[in-house]
Amino acid sequence: MSFRARHLLGIEHLSPAEILSVLDLADRYVDLNRRTVKQSDVLAGLTQINMFFENSTRTQASFELAGKRLGADVMNMSVAQSSVKKGETLIDTAMTLNAMRPDLLVVRHPSSGAVNLLASKVNCAVLNAGDGRHEHPTQALLDALTIRRAKGRIQRLTVAICGDIAHSRVARSNLILLGKMECNLRLIAPPTLMPPGVEGFGCELYDDMKKGLKGADVVMMLRLQKERMDGGFIPSEREYYHRYGLDAEKLSFAKPDAIVMHPGPMNRGVEIDGEIADDINRSVIQEQVEMGVAVRMACMDLLARNLRAERGRAAVGVMV
Amino acid sequence: MTLHLTNARLIDPEAGTDSLGSLTVRDGKIVGRGAAPKGAQVLDCGGMCLAPGIVDWGVKIGEPGERHRESFRSAGLAAAAGGVTTIVARPDTSPSIDTPETLEFVTRRAAESVVRIRHMAALTKGRLGEEMTEIGFLLDAGAVAFTDVFHVSTNTKALARALVYARSLNALIVGHPQEPGLSAGAAATNSKFASLRGLPSVSPMAERIGLDRDLGLVEMTGAAYHADQITTARSLPAIARAKRNGLDVTAGVSIHHLTLNELDVGDYRTFFKLTPPLRSEDDRVAMVQAVAEGVIDVIASFHTPADEESKRLPFEEAASGAVGLQTLLPAAMRLYHSGEVTLPQLWRAMSLNPANRLGLAQGRLAEGSPADLVLFDPDAPFLLDRFTLHSKSKNTPFDGQRMEGKVLATWVGGVQVFKG
Repeated sequence: MSFRARHLLGIEHLSPAEILSVLDLADRYVDLNRRTVKQSDVLAGLTQINMFFENSTRTQASFELAGKRLGADVMNMSVAQSSVKKGETLIDTAMTLNAMRPDLLVVRHPSSGAVNLLASKVNCAVLNAGDGRHEHPTQALLDALTIRRAKGRIQRLTVAICGDIAHSRVARSNLILLGKMECNLRLIAPPTLMPPGVEGFGCELYDDMKKGLKGADVVMMLRLQKERMDGGFIPSEREYYHRYGLDAEKLSFAKPDAIVMHPGPMNRGVEIDGEIADDINRSVIQEQVEMGVAVRMACMDLLARNLRAERGRAAVGVMV
Repeated sequence: MTLHLTNARLIDPEAGTDSLGSLTVRDGKIVGRGAAPKGAQVLDCGGMCLAPGIVDWGVKIGEPGERHRESFRSAGLAAAAGGVTTIVARPDTSPSIDTPETLEFVTRRAAESVVRIRHMAALTKGRLGEEMTEIGFLLDAGAVAFTDVFHVSTNTKALARALVYARSLNALIVGHPQEPGLSAGAAATNSKFASLRGLPSVSPMAERIGLDRDLGLVEMTGAAYHADQITTARSLPAIARAKRNGLDVTAGVSIHHLTLNELDVGDYRTFFKLTPPLRSEDDRVAMVQAVAEGVIDVIASFHTPADEESKRLPFEEAASGAVGLQTLLPAAMRLYHSGEVTLPQLWRAMSLNPANRLGLAQGRLAEGSPADLVLFDPDAPFLLDRFTLHSKSKNTPFDGQRMEGKVLATWVGGVQVFKG
C-alpha cells in the first residue's frame, strides 16, 4: 500500500485504489487518535515543515498534530509574514528550506499551481494543503472518509455541493474524488458562483437549491469565500441565505438520512443555519475535523514510506 | 555586385504563386526573374523555397529600459536566423516611446541590428490612454503606426480624439481589442480546463466587446485601424463586416494562437502564458481558416522577451508573452504541412500584407523591390532547444518540440545577414 507519486499535489493524479488505501489506513489512525496515548513512531526522525503562504488555523493545526502524533519533528513557518515581504520568490524560499533537508513539506499558497511549481524544485515529499482555487487534496480525502464512515460506502452516492463553487479548491478536489468514485454529483449555486466551463464537468447543475437537494445522500456546504471575491457576486448575504443557506426547510428535500458537511470555518446565518450545523443527527462537521487529522497522518505515512524506499534504493545503489 | 539565385521555389505572395524559377539581385534590389546576367554570382538554391523576408509586426525589444531581456543587436540576430528581415518594434518600453526624442534614441540604437527595424510609437502619453502623443512629430521622426500595445484605454472620449487627430495625418492606429474590465486579472480563457486548474479566466467575449467599441470609433472617426490580435471565432464576423462596410480596418493574429491552444498550458507551464491567453481548439481552427480566407490579414510573432525569473513564478504571477522571432517561420510551417494554408497565403500574411499596411516597400518579389529575402527548407526537421535561440530571453513555448522548416539564408537589401 503506497502512493505511486512522491508528492501529494492533488486528487487528479490518484487512482481510485490509491484513494481507498488512504481511507483504509486513515481508519486505523482514527482508532489510534481515540486512544489515551496517541503516539506512533512511523515518522520518527523525519522533519516536517508546514509552510503556509496563506493564513490558516485549522488546517495548519491539523497537519501539525498529525505530524507530532506520528513522531515527526514539526516546524511551522508562517511565510505570509516573513521573507515574501522582503521580495524573496517562492522558488528561493523553497530552495532555502530544501537546503535544511526536510522530509515532508506541507504547503499552502494563494496561487493555483504554486505548490506544483515548488514541488518540482525540492528533494522532499510535498503535500498540497491548498493552492489558490486549484486543489485541496487532504480535504477531499477527509470528506471521503467522513462520508464512508457515515454512509458505509463512498461509491455511487448522490452528493450535492452547494455554494461558492467558483472560488473553492475544496469543491474541485471533491468533484474529482467523488467523480472517480462514480458518485452522482450535483452543483448548486447562483450562476455568478459557478466556475466557467462548469457545463463540461459532468455534473447536474442547479440554481434552485430545493430541486438540487432532492434525494441527496450527502449535502456538502461551502464557505462563501469573501476574501477571494473581487466585487459583487451576490446581492447581499441575507438574500444569499434566503436562497442558498441550508436551513431545515431546504434540507427536508434531501433524503431523510442525508448528512450535512462543511469544510469550515462556517459563516453561520450566511450559508448554513446554526441549528443544522449543530444537529448531531444530521451534521458531521465535527467528525470532518477529527477525520482530518487521521487522513493527514495516513497521507504523510504513505509519502514517508516512498521516501524511505527511495533512499534505501539510493543507498544500495539500485538502478531504477 | 549582381547575385543570381537559380533553381529556387519562388514563393510570390503578390501573384499567389509557388513555382520554380530564378531571381536576380543587384544594388540591394530585385531586378528580374530571367536568365543569369553576365558576370553575376550564381547561387543554386537546390529547389529550396525563396520568399520575401518576413515583416514581423509587433516585436518587443527591451530598449530602452530592459536591455537584459533583449537588445536591438540580439533581436536582429534572432530575426535574421528566423528569416525576419523587418522588425516592427513596439513602444511598450520603459519609458514608452511617446516623444520624438525617445523615438530618435531607439532609431539610433537600432543601427546595431542586422535586419531592418521600424518603430511604432505610443498613441497616448505614457500609454495611459489619456492624452494623445505628438502624432505629427512622431510621424516625421519615422513612426509607422501608433499604439498603446496591451494597455486598453477606458477613456473612450480621449481615444476618439486621438483617432480623429490621427485621421487628419493619415496615421495608422493599432488597437488591442479587449474589454479591460472583463479581462482584468485573467490568466486563461474561460473553460473547463481553466476552472479545473483554478486559474482566473476571461470570456472570449471580452475580445469581441473591445473590438466592437474600437470599430464603432473607427466608423465615427474614419481612422485607419489595425487590430493587433484577433484570437477568437466570435470576433471574426465583426472584422468581416467592418471590411465589407468599407471601414479602413485590418486584423492580425499571433502565430502562437494559430498553433497552440489552452490545453498546452498543461501543468502550469508559464511559457504558454500569453496576452491574450491561449484559446480553445475551436477558436484556433477558426483563426487558421480566417487566415486562409483573408479575413485575418497579418500573422506575427508578438515576440515578447521575458527573463527566467519572471517566468519562474506561479502561473498567475508569471510574466506574459513568448519570444518568437526565430520560431515564427518553423511554427508557420505547421500550418503549411497540415494543408490548411499554402506558402503564398502564409507569405501574404507574414510579409506582403504587413508591408502594405505599414507603407513599406518590402514583402514582395516584384522587380524594383528591396532584396529582402529568405531561403528556407520547409521540410527540414529539428528538435528545438531554447538555449540555441539568439534572443537574450529564451521563453519559447516550442522548447523541446519537433519542428519542420529551417532557414538556410537571409538577405537584407541584397546583403546576406544569415547563413544556416
